[in-house]
Amino acid sequence: MPLGAYLTLAALVFAIGLFGVLTRRNAVGILLGIELMLNAVNINLVAFGRFHADLGGAIFTMFTIAITVAEVAVGLAIVIVIFRVRRTVDADHLDLLRG
Amino acid sequence: MTARVGSATLALIVLGLPFASFLLLVLVRPLRRSAAAAATVSIAAIAGSLATAVLVVRGAVARAGGQSPSTTWPWIPADGGPMATVGVMVDDLSMTMMLLVTLVSFLVQVYSWSYLHDEPRTSLGRYYAYHSLFAFSMLGLVLSPGFLQMFVFWELVGLCSYLLIGYWYDRPSAARAAVKAFWITKLGDLGFVAGIAMLWVATGTFDFWTLFQQGSRGTLPVEALPPIMFLIYLGAVGKSAQFPLHVWLPDAMEGPTPVSALIHAATMVTAGVFLVTRAFPLFRLTPDVLTLIAWVGAFTALLAASMACVEIDIKRVLAYSTVSQLGYMMAAAGAAAPEAGFMHLVTHGVFKALLFLGAGIVIHVFHTNDVFRMGGLRRHPWIWLPFVVGTLALAGVWPLPGFFTKEAILAGVFDARLGVPFAMLSVAAFMTAFYMSRVVFLTFFARPHHAGHAHPHVPVLMGGVTWLLAALTLALGIQQAFFSGHHDIGGPAWLAAFSLALAGGGILLAWAMYQGATLDPARVARMFGPLEWMARRRYGLDAVFVGLYRGVLLALARLVGWVDRYLVDGVLNVLSAWTLRAGDRVRRLQTGQPQDYVYGVALGALLLFVLAQWRLR
Repeated sequence: MPLGAYLTLAALVFAIGLFGVLTRRNAVGILLGIELMLNAVNINLVAFGRFHADLGGAIFTMFTIAITVAEVAVGLAIVIVIFRVRRTVDADHLDLLRG
Repeated sequence: MTARVGSATLALIVLGLPFASFLLLVLVRPLRRSAAAAATVSIAAIAGSLATAVLVVRGAVARAGGQSPSTTWPWIPADGGPMATVGVMVDDLSMTMMLLVTLVSFLVQVYSWSYLHDEPRTSLGRYYAYHSLFAFSMLGLVLSPGFLQMFVFWELVGLCSYLLIGYWYDRPSAARAAVKAFWITKLGDLGFVAGIAMLWVATGTFDFWTLFQQGSRGTLPVEALPPIMFLIYLGAVGKSAQFPLHVWLPDAMEGPTPVSALIHAATMVTAGVFLVTRAFPLFRLTPDVLTLIAWVGAFTALLAASMACVEIDIKRVLAYSTVSQLGYMMAAAGAAAPEAGFMHLVTHGVFKALLFLGAGIVIHVFHTNDVFRMGGLRRHPWIWLPFVVGTLALAGVWPLPGFFTKEAILAGVFDARLGVPFAMLSVAAFMTAFYMSRVVFLTFFARPHHAGHAHPHVPVLMGGVTWLLAALTLALGIQQAFFSGHHDIGGPAWLAAFSLALAGGGILLAWAMYQGATLDPARVARMFGPLEWMARRRYGLDAVFVGLYRGVLLALARLVGWVDRYLVDGVLNVLSAWTLRAGDRVRRLQTGQPQDYVYGVALGALLLFVLAQWRLR
């Protein structure tokens, strides 16, 4: 399969993720969207690594996955704390920074 | 007069002692708060000054021709020699003034101790500190060898005058009088400072001696001397209460009576006359300015004398009398007879201090300033005799000093062919005798208004000081009458008889009106109807000043206030309102919704991406 196919897949996944981040009102849904966008990046890295015969892409992907795990852990923890305090995780109501 | 010079070192001690006392009283708080110690320090310092001044005069030596009587040190350094110098000028003029100032200051400070005995103990230290500062400033003024140093001390005595008039600063009238005195004299000082600045620009020196030398040799490098001398004269007009800036002096009587005696009769107000006398070698070169000085002086003498005739406050009568006598001195200077004016200054300083301190005793006895509520002291010559001596001296009765100095002034004015000023001064002399006798008759010899003062108590210190001054007045007169070598004062032969007749006439008229009851004062007043009406209202001059203040100064202040409030502030207010509104609009961008920000980031990234593609193309 040509490189373009992988890149197209990655772009699609990224767009779906972005759509999720922008449209979901639930904080957990937003986090899921972010996960999709990160994985689109991973696909890109692996695909480029494969086609350039360079292991660097795969290694970077490993790092990204590890960091993603940590990020999800922290993100979910924050969401739980927000739920405890505000009794909601609906993004429309989380506007403490409004000017 | 043979020109003599005294020791500069001793003169500096005379100057330094009151200043040291002032510093001590200001810096050492416990000293200031304890009345007796403060008074002791101040009186001891001025006594030391007086003794040293006597030493200076006794040690004075004849001056060699061309030798400068000034000892100076460089002050403001500049390229090509110092810009100004400080120092002392110890010649006959300043030595005489030095004696007068230290003597009267000393006596007044001693008198004050008794007079202000009921004052709060803690504020007396302040009083004595001011007195010490005044003595220092006045001595510095008379010893000044140049215009600039004189101006500095000139302003310092103005400050002391302000502080002492406002000594009872919790009285609104005293506070107002202090401000009025300060402002009106400052009006004249503006002219003074402009005059010496212009003189400096033209000649490059402030030094009297240098200027006098150049003036007498005719090498003064000044093109427009008359306007300069006129401006300098303006300073004297303010300080010496000449028309039309005389309005502050009667109000200055709000201060304690000893202050009136010292500052507003004997010493500070004569600073203007002293200035004209000191700078006379320069004024001599400008005959027009001299004529103006003579006319203004004579008019002031007449105007003030007429106001004194209708005044009922004893201190104000004396104040107007001071204004009037200052007019005499100025007229003498203007008639090119500054020696006569200066002699009058000295003798007037002694007997006017005597009159004020005597008035202080009377006020102490009656607790009022109104002469119509006094009387009944005929049996207490201990009280009235010194005052009567002062009155006769002021009226100009032989052989008291006022007679000789006033005659010398009249002679000088007569010889200068100033007919109208001579007439004005003659009428003023008549009025002087009248209003002073009026005060004496009403205060001491009229029927008592209430029987409460059968045994008026006068502190020994206060009485003693007036007796001392009376003796001094008498001594000065006798010295003039019998021991001063020459009587060649010029003037016509009938002048002595004429001035005696004026004095006698005034006294007789006052006797007829207020003691002999042969003339009804009300009828005399009606005879002079409009004049009397106007004199009572001070000829509306205070109203003119008030009008100028309200009409010009306040109007200008309002205009400036309007510009500031509506133009300057307006621009700033509009700008700040716009900023606020813009901020409020921009604030709405911050929704606090994370997703909105992500929209922004995504759109921004997309924009950048498109831009990059487009640029690459």
